[in-house]
Amino acid sequence: MTTTAAEVEEGTDTPYELSHLDALESEAVHIFREVAGEFERPVVLFSGGKDSIVMLHLALKAFAPAAVPFSLLHVDTGHNFPEVLEYRDRTVEKHGLRLHVASVQDYIDRGVLKERPDGTRNPLQTLPLTEKIQAEKFDAVFGGGRRDEEKARAKERVFSLRDEFSQWDPRRQRPELWNLYNGRHAPGEHVRVFPLSNWTELDVWQYIAREGIELPEIYFAHEREVFRRAGMWLTAGEWGGPKDTETVEKRQVRYRTVGDMSCTGAVDSDATTLDAVITEIAASRLTERGATRADDKMSEAAMEDRKREGYF
Amino acid sequence: MSTLTTEELSETTLLRFATAGSVDDGKSTLVGRLLHDSKSILTDQLEAVERASASRGQEAPDLALLTDGLRAEREQGITIDVAYRYFATPRRRFILADTPGHVQYTRNMVTGASTAELTVILVDARNGVVEQTRRHAAIAALLRVPHVVLAVNKMDLVDYQETVFAGIAEEFTAYATELGVPEVTAIPISALAGDNVVEPSANMDWYGGPTFLEHLESVPVAHDLSHCHARLPVQYVIRPQTSEHPDYRGYAGQIAAGSFRVGEQVTVLPSGSSTKISGIDLLGTPVDIAWTTQSVTLLLEDDIDISRGDLIVPSKDAPPTTQDIEATVCHVADAPLTVGHRVLLKHGTRTVKAIVKDIPSRLTLDDLSLHPHPGQLVANDIGRVKIRTAEPLPVDSYADSRRTGSFILIDPNDGTTLTAGMVGESFASPEPVKDAAEDDGWDF
Repeated sequence: MTTTAAEVEEGTDTPYELSHLDALESEAVHIFREVAGEFERPVVLFSGGKDSIVMLHLALKAFAPAAVPFSLLHVDTGHNFPEVLEYRDRTVEKHGLRLHVASVQDYIDRGVLKERPDGTRNPLQTLPLTEKIQAEKFDAVFGGGRRDEEKARAKERVFSLRDEFSQWDPRRQRPELWNLYNGRHAPGEHVRVFPLSNWTELDVWQYIAREGIELPEIYFAHEREVFRRAGMWLTAGEWGGPKDTETVEKRQVRYRTVGDMSCTGAVDSDATTLDAVITEIAASRLTERGATRADDKMSEAAMEDRKREGYF
Repeated sequence: MSTLTTEELSETTLLRFATAGSVDDGKSTLVGRLLHDSKSILTDQLEAVERASASRGQEAPDLALLTDGLRAEREQGITIDVAYRYFATPRRRFILADTPGHVQYTRNMVTGASTAELTVILVDARNGVVEQTRRHAAIAALLRVPHVVLAVNKMDLVDYQETVFAGIAEEFTAYATELGVPEVTAIPISALAGDNVVEPSANMDWYGGPTFLEHLESVPVAHDLSHCHARLPVQYVIRPQTSEHPDYRGYAGQIAAGSFRVGEQVTVLPSGSSTKISGIDLLGTPVDIAWTTQSVTLLLEDDIDISRGDLIVPSKDAPPTTQDIEATVCHVADAPLTVGHRVLLKHGTRTVKAIVKDIPSRLTLDDLSLHPHPGQLVANDIGRVKIRTAEPLPVDSYADSRRTGSFILIDPNDGTTLTAGMVGESFASPEPVKDAAEDDGWDF
């Protein structure tokens, strides 16, 4: 807000302009309220990562002073950063929210899913997620996906219809006109909703800074035991690293994204504050996924393929 | 981007713009050039393109791979659907609705233009204003995009001649002005060579205007509210019912047009009840005034019956409510729209049952001629329709308000978005067409 009411009173011809963050915030809030107005059982995907934290913050603002009318859903890979799980539980309790958990480990223990040779569990999240959606009869599922993340996501609608198998068909998407979102769906189908569609990584960080939103510590530079694999610094852990040829060393790093430990890499950094993080990102010549996500490099269409199956 | 400070980054504004593409006009090159020269393509994205290009045996990186996001698009070398892209300069953030130039151009351009404050229409300097250019101008006029840029591309192929550019700019501006396009900015460029895209061209010293990017950075996006009708479609009623807020009852929504102030007398439509604004919450913070596109919560003095779908307006400036809507529409679904079709109509936050009573005419975009009583509208058709709604709706003319003058039609059976609608007259001039031979020129 750069214009105060006092300034406005002085000249009635003052043109009114929102800053880009205010415009994005207002649009996201509009999307949250549309879903609250039109759906029966919405849920917010919440991983404890920065995008879902921003989503929750926006939802809190959208319905203030009332409570957020949605529950949260976390797809737990079993390879989560302990700091992030701690943050997740603390946040849920602080706001008096209900958290649903879909556990990849459960599926592996039951023999429904099989551990991959590379130990990566990101692709294994799809089945627990979609079965949870069906079981709980969620009809709108908020995701923190942004179109700037990946070129398949650049094609994603804000309201994205998924069939009864949770599949995305990019060729059968509804055109989105003005801000008239169409949430119609048949029983068994659901709509994925992306309030941060038009945000970029930098917008998210600037918004976090402006709003003073608390984040898990792993987003800031800290000393950590890591080892090198496929050009990335991975955190050592019970999930399967390091292997014989890999050596652990202590480095000052931070994370740009939060995901499964087996495929989310840290970057060397001395950014210990939000300002330093923003400066670092503004200067970076790598996208956050390029820098830190192994699973997106699997093939040119890795994201599209997983999204088609029901991944977020 | 690397030189920006945190403060500079925060004080920018947002411009949404759309490109109107036709095949071979150089749109992909322009988008690629814009992203590349504004340093918005990051190393790993470029490497991915280089990798993919090399694996296909291509010698040079194919920049179209940057924007073609879907497997089918890459395999077929075509662009299927609207994609949204993001880039930033120290002065502004940009959301680009990148619309493909292929068969389904009309609905895609309508989709992209519906949220755009600026549309870029590209022409090839060698060909000048062609049928497709006129079509693009007509859609921009129809959608009332506030700013239109004519990018005269491939100037390098006409020896950077000023006369070529001036001739095209003059012809286009005259045509667009007749359609009611409020502002046209013509810029001579070469997307391939980079002339006047981001950097000023040394080859066209006769051109004194801004580069393409400079224009995007400086075009005004602020709302002048002095002539706007204030409108708030109610999205959601916020009632905490907690010990801290036992009586709080707020009407949440995104202001569609104009501004609201505390103390203002307002009327709720369609019921017609009036009261005063006792408070405005801007996402948890009380304010005295709020304006277009802000998401707010209004508190009212009297406890009147208001729910989702209602429209709050200033009592002195209320739109009429009607069950009979006449509009220009663009049909976006594959199945046709016919007279007698029972549909759902979403206007603002209200969805009502409706029936298509008549389709008086279909517009031929090429020459803006009207084909009377076409019987139906098929995908990509633009036409006039008369719709009867099951409940009265407070609609504005699209010319007055893009938000409260627009609607979509939805298939009640499968939820398909059928049609994009704009209430009222379609072009500034009530008689846009003067076709001497009334029976000629229609395409069936």
